[in-house]
Amino acid sequence: MADADQASLAALTDWLRRFAAAVARDERHLTDLDAKIGDADHGSNLRRGTAAVVEALDADPPGDVGAAFKQAGMTLVKTVGGASGPLYGTFMLRFGTTAGAVDALDATALGTALRAGYDGVVARGKAEPGDKTMVDVLEPCLTVFDEAVAGGAGAAAAARAAADAAPERRDATAPLLARKGRASYLGERSVGHVDPGSASTTLLLESLADALAGP
Amino acid sequence: MKKLINSPEQVVPDALRGMAAAHPDLRVDHENRVVLRASGAVEGKVGLVSGGGSGHEPMHGGFVGHGMLDAACAGEVFTSPTPDQMQAATLAVSGGAGVLHIVKNYTGDVMNFEMAAELAAAEGDVEVRSVVVDDDVAVQDSLYTAGRRGVGATVLLEKIVGAAAEERRDLAACEELAKKVNGNARSMGMALTSCVVPAAGVPTFELGDDEFELGIGIHGEPGRERRRLGPLREVAEQLVEPVLQDLPAADGAPVVAFVNSMGGTPLIELYGLYAEVAAICEKAGVSIARSLVGPYITSLEMAGASVTLLRADDDLLSLWDAPVSTPGLRWGM
Repeated sequence: MADADQASLAALTDWLRRFAAAVARDERHLTDLDAKIGDADHGSNLRRGTAAVVEALDADPPGDVGAAFKQAGMTLVKTVGGASGPLYGTFMLRFGTTAGAVDALDATALGTALRAGYDGVVARGKAEPGDKTMVDVLEPCLTVFDEAVAGGAGAAAAARAAADAAPERRDATAPLLARKGRASYLGERSVGHVDPGSASTTLLLESLADALAGP
Repeated sequence: MKKLINSPEQVVPDALRGMAAAHPDLRVDHENRVVLRASGAVEGKVGLVSGGGSGHEPMHGGFVGHGMLDAACAGEVFTSPTPDQMQAATLAVSGGAGVLHIVKNYTGDVMNFEMAAELAAAEGDVEVRSVVVDDDVAVQDSLYTAGRRGVGATVLLEKIVGAAAEERRDLAACEELAKKVNGNARSMGMALTSCVVPAAGVPTFELGDDEFELGIGIHGEPGRERRRLGPLREVAEQLVEPVLQDLPAADGAPVVAFVNSMGGTPLIELYGLYAEVAAICEKAGVSIARSLVGPYITSLEMAGASVTLLRADDDLLSLWDAPVSTPGLRWGM
């Protein structure tokens, strides 16, 4: 079904649905991670927001990739709150704006849109790699994506390579000292726990790879 | 988990329904989860909008009314509200003199208020300024963190700037005053127990019978360190000394002393703490001009307390004394 070189509108909205399902499945785990170094609501907040994204997709099916991700971004911004609302919302908004009113993205265009989303997260949250945040997964995994595309991979193969790199980067946040977000107030006590944002970002990348792999 | 709730999803809407029913002076925009004065926007007065996660009652919804806020946005429990809520609140309270956003320094609050200000600027017809409250001395090395948290000073700031807005001071003067209050206030908190976030259903952290968390915020998050619990006098010293060390020096200036319950600590213990705070201040040569004791910026049912000292001058004290009529603070009228 799916063209492995392209990311169709259907596959990309499937990404949003798979992400919502993955967050719902792992809600308790994300919240438990957040309880260790934050305020115990990452899973419940993100589940509320991603469920609203799916509701909006059902109620008002978007006609192109740009519209789909602008709708998803605004829905997240309006329903999640906290830090994850603006961060995931900005990621989706920038992704959609950069993708534009098209019905498919090739691997290069997908990489450009993902990178624009990442730049939005950095601009909004002002975190750098090493701060123990979602950036610690996004940045290296998007680099893996870009390298795969440079080596001739299509969208699905590049997304799989990025997703495969994510768990290791997520786990590598455990020994870090948090310097952004609520965990930063714990100082040394944040060491030894995986960052909940890096865990949900891993789900985001895995959902993308699964969606592009086709049914 | 044992809580008086219908369901974790209904905690905030149910509380807002109750506030609307209990306080005819307030109007609640349920769709946007905004608490407003029933009397509407005041022509020519700076509108004061605050907000944050729920679970800190009476802050902020309980501080809406004459002499304090014009609107408060209620987020989910411990989760900042969203930009569209803030936008709705901003437009609702705009009386033509601009709107001041009072934001506590938490990553989520700061980012959402920032997005709200961008939206307001895009629409163009309301001048919005904001002040970020960051009074928590527990946060050291703030270069390597998200900065100091906003805690107890928020209550004092909302009262004082609320009185100034009521006097029709303009937006720039209100903003400057808010920064002055924030710059002269310092706080430190501690916890004896964790709270239970309704959506999580289990305590955020466990504490031994003989331990307490020093340097907590107001979100059930653990503090900077865990210490052995001694007598109240020792706990008071661990709270007040870092506050006094960090308080901007001003010879002979009196302070407003605020002893706050995190929700689960009763007044009998809170007054005991106030007695120790007053004694430590006296010994340090700091005179207390005004005081506030009670649960005003809580962390659900967490047992614990925080101490805030605000170095004041005659202007701040007279604004503090000005009449206020809100569900959470009421005097002089």
